[in-house]
Amino acid sequence: MNQPLRAPLEIGFDYTRSLGPTLGQFMTALAGRRVLGSRGADGRVHAPPFEYDPLTSAPPAELVQVGPAGTVTTWSWVARPLAGQPLAHPFAWALIRLDGADTAMLHAVDAGSAAAMRTGMRVRVRWAEHTVGHIRDIACFEPGDAPPGAAGGPTAAAEPVTMITTPVRLAYEHTASPAETTYLHGLANGRLLGQRCLVCRKVYLPPRGACPTCGVPTTEEVALPGTGIVTTFCVVNVPFTGQQVPTPYVAAAVLIDGADIPFQHLILGCEPGEVRMGMRVTAVWRPPEQWGTTSENISHFRPTGEPDAPYERYAHHL
Amino acid sequence: MTDVAVIGFAQSPCVRRSDSTTSGVEMLVPIFQHVLASTGLAKEDIGFWCSGSSDYLAGRAFSFVQAVDAIGAFPPVMESHVEMDGAWALYEAWLKVLTGEAQIALAYGFGKSSAGDLRRVLALQLDPYLHAPLWPDSVSIAALQARLGIEAGIWSEKEMAEVAARSRAAALTNPQAQVSGAVTVADLLTAPYVAEPLRAHDCAPVGDGAAVAILAAGDLARELCPRPAWITGFEHRIDSASLGARDLATAPSATAAGRAAGAAGVEVAELHAPFTHQEILLRDALGLEESVRLNPSGGALCGNPMFAAGLARIGMAAGEIISGRASRVLGHATSGPALQQNLICVMEARP
Repeated sequence: MNQPLRAPLEIGFDYTRSLGPTLGQFMTALAGRRVLGSRGADGRVHAPPFEYDPLTSAPPAELVQVGPAGTVTTWSWVARPLAGQPLAHPFAWALIRLDGADTAMLHAVDAGSAAAMRTGMRVRVRWAEHTVGHIRDIACFEPGDAPPGAAGGPTAAAEPVTMITTPVRLAYEHTASPAETTYLHGLANGRLLGQRCLVCRKVYLPPRGACPTCGVPTTEEVALPGTGIVTTFCVVNVPFTGQQVPTPYVAAAVLIDGADIPFQHLILGCEPGEVRMGMRVTAVWRPPEQWGTTSENISHFRPTGEPDAPYERYAHHL
Repeated sequence: MTDVAVIGFAQSPCVRRSDSTTSGVEMLVPIFQHVLASTGLAKEDIGFWCSGSSDYLAGRAFSFVQAVDAIGAFPPVMESHVEMDGAWALYEAWLKVLTGEAQIALAYGFGKSSAGDLRRVLALQLDPYLHAPLWPDSVSIAALQARLGIEAGIWSEKEMAEVAARSRAAALTNPQAQVSGAVTVADLLTAPYVAEPLRAHDCAPVGDGAAVAILAAGDLARELCPRPAWITGFEHRIDSASLGARDLATAPSATAAGRAAGAAGVEVAELHAPFTHQEILLRDALGLEESVRLNPSGGALCGNPMFAAGLARIGMAAGEIISGRASRVLGHATSGPALQQNLICVMEARP
């Protein structure tokens, strides 16, 4: 069997999140280069603050300033930092109990080497050059005690921070299934290859590897023609980012002759208003020199001019 | 109350890199066929299906929907999904059988960790305000926990290596294991750190796989399986998401789940401990005695397909009963960072 086709897949999304009253104050204080904790019902100070008291479930009665120095309670060493982490050179992750707090905060410590790290060591906040009201306003921690008079940063009433934005970027290697791989290699050779379920005899195009009706592997390969029937369609009038075809145009479910499941494609070569359920269409391939292992080898479908298929011919495939 | 038992289990091989798609269909079809054949059931006999998987792991939205192709879900089936390990899918399936909505239920979990960078992907299960934006990786977080226990004298690097050596030796008889072999503790301790104080042997291998288990009610279970693994306790608990607000050297949620599920007195425990020190932590949190056989499968340290490995622990524990090797067993699953969430399923044989 062919090795499955693989391709890089990168996804990204900038998550925006509303902060609520407690984390809103916490982030607003970070923008002003101060760290806040919350005092619980038992008198213990949590930093970062809890939103609801772990004992009473009540919101914190008061937020108090902590830090900007603290003590490492545990640490681990990162020899090869990963994308997105606070430092691009080797550093330590640590839980840091800020002065005035009873719980610890997770952050990075820029210590230079693992040999410079130990539990109980003193570290202090290194602020980002620009603070905006985000946990990354703390660039990292660094070994050392708080400089004198460092407890209060500028206290100018900053605009309250109510939202944070966190960009997320992840890289994957997408793998096509064996059936998809066969299908895509077929397309690269100008062929439409489906698969038949040996139990229910249905032919799937594109092939899915397993029959969704029977739950068994679909193993029999079936070569199919480029002709078929429009089972249903819609006229696209709405523009959107990345649109390739000028509106209005028709996106249709096309039932290839010999297949049991329609697939979606474009119908061009006639006025959108002329497209009908039951219309006979044929695939329009791009020039062979442009073919690759991609569905884009078929540019679109166009009407053949043959008489429409009767409704009964495709009623089971809607 | 309805008696419910695990009557069948199957697991795909745990492999570093599967040719499967991230929808898991290629890993699931063979094990569905295997578990149905082993119980003499057809897919039409299954009254409820439930899956555990993750879109972040797959890198695509609603990835679990494609996995339903592996079922053969036409005519339509009663089906659900949890964005959790398949052990939690089994919990939902158990509730369906308990409430009488299904007589036979099937739970499955699958994950293709190799598609992305697992250590980064897992950062997205963390608190999204204070932790996730820093991208702390899963191995580093476990290392913070490991050091706390080492410095508190609860466990040592040597004891951690002993867990790894015992697990790899046990996995020699598990054909689905990704890692196995005869190793000495002394040799393991010469390896460099990957995230001080963790070495490679302290961390579960990254890999792909799937697992499936079938539940049946009362007399049906007795008909389908000569020695069903009757569920006597099934509980899950959770600790704070704030890593610095809880004592990472303990797992109160594991203790609470174990107590509620009746973990005392088991002969075998399959613990879902992706890091060596977590097995020691869990053994203490659950109060397991020295005589308890731990992870005869080799455990997650020898194969940890995300979203399937917890279900596999329960299935492997059930297998100890079904095969007649034990009479009372425990399967454990964890989720979240540093053993934040813990699930315990206690099963027993009945005359």
